[in-house]
Amino acid sequence: MRNLVSAISGGLFGLGLLISGMTDTAKVQGWLDLFGQWDPTLAFVLGGAILPMLLAWRIAARRKVSAAGDAFPALPEPLIDGRLLTGSILFGAGWALAGFCPGPAIASVTWGGLGGVVFLIAMIGGMLLSTAVGKRRLAAA
Amino acid sequence: MSLSSIPSDWIFGLAGGLLIGLSAAILLLGNARILGASGILGSIVEGSEPDAATERLWFLGALIGVPGIAVLIFGASETNVSGDLPLLVLAGVLVGLGTRLANGCTSGHGVCGMSRFSWRSIVSTLVYLAAGFVVMFVARHILGVL
Repeated sequence: MRNLVSAISGGLFGLGLLISGMTDTAKVQGWLDLFGQWDPTLAFVLGGAILPMLLAWRIAARRKVSAAGDAFPALPEPLIDGRLLTGSILFGAGWALAGFCPGPAIASVTWGGLGGVVFLIAMIGGMLLSTAVGKRRLAAA
Repeated sequence: MSLSSIPSDWIFGLAGGLLIGLSAAILLLGNARILGASGILGSIVEGSEPDAATERLWFLGALIGVPGIAVLIFGASETNVSGDLPLLVLAGVLVGLGTRLANGCTSGHGVCGMSRFSWRSIVSTLVYLAAGFVVMFVARHILGVL
């Protein structure tokens, strides 16, 4: 059952990314080009995506457990540290340079050609690099 | 302002956005999981949280398969991805490293975190947006490389 829910969610997520234009890197870069030919479409995407989740979090607060019977994830401590800020800056920079964030890069890999595959492999490499950074920090501490 | 004067891209953006939100709501209310693309892929490739690996592979399989089939049926969708492979490698490493350090990306922080008013997610989203605006300005309008 958990696997079916995951698959339905993943499929709808992919369709949403495709329909909204998030898999079109030129469109995403147009959104980030605030000081040029700015394309506001992504504001509609983000706004549209937040609406069902506002409702979902309210339902979650009332029901306490999911349909599968698990407790909902707790709200993280409001810890704003260097790791969060550095990571966000690096992510924003890469997002602008390629026009891909993780979801659309995964979703479009079957039709994005060589460039899409290269980006996805490099992104996985960057993820593995983050664990190396984490381990070095642990070793230093 | 008549309905037909609204750019169709905005309507598709809103419709696709609602689907994205619906998919995140299903994962939350069904499995008590936060839909974060970088976290789902990252935990698989890093081998962390092995208990959740199977359901995450189902998620990733459908995330690749369903829009892939839609594109096959309804015709090509352009990604307009750059032909500059070294640039894509740099961008990919930055996105992979950055989203894992920040514990989230556009879906996890931008959609799921902001909608529950998580401070970490609001700060992360404002910072990656600001970084994106600045890097786009410098790369496109000063260096002329994008």
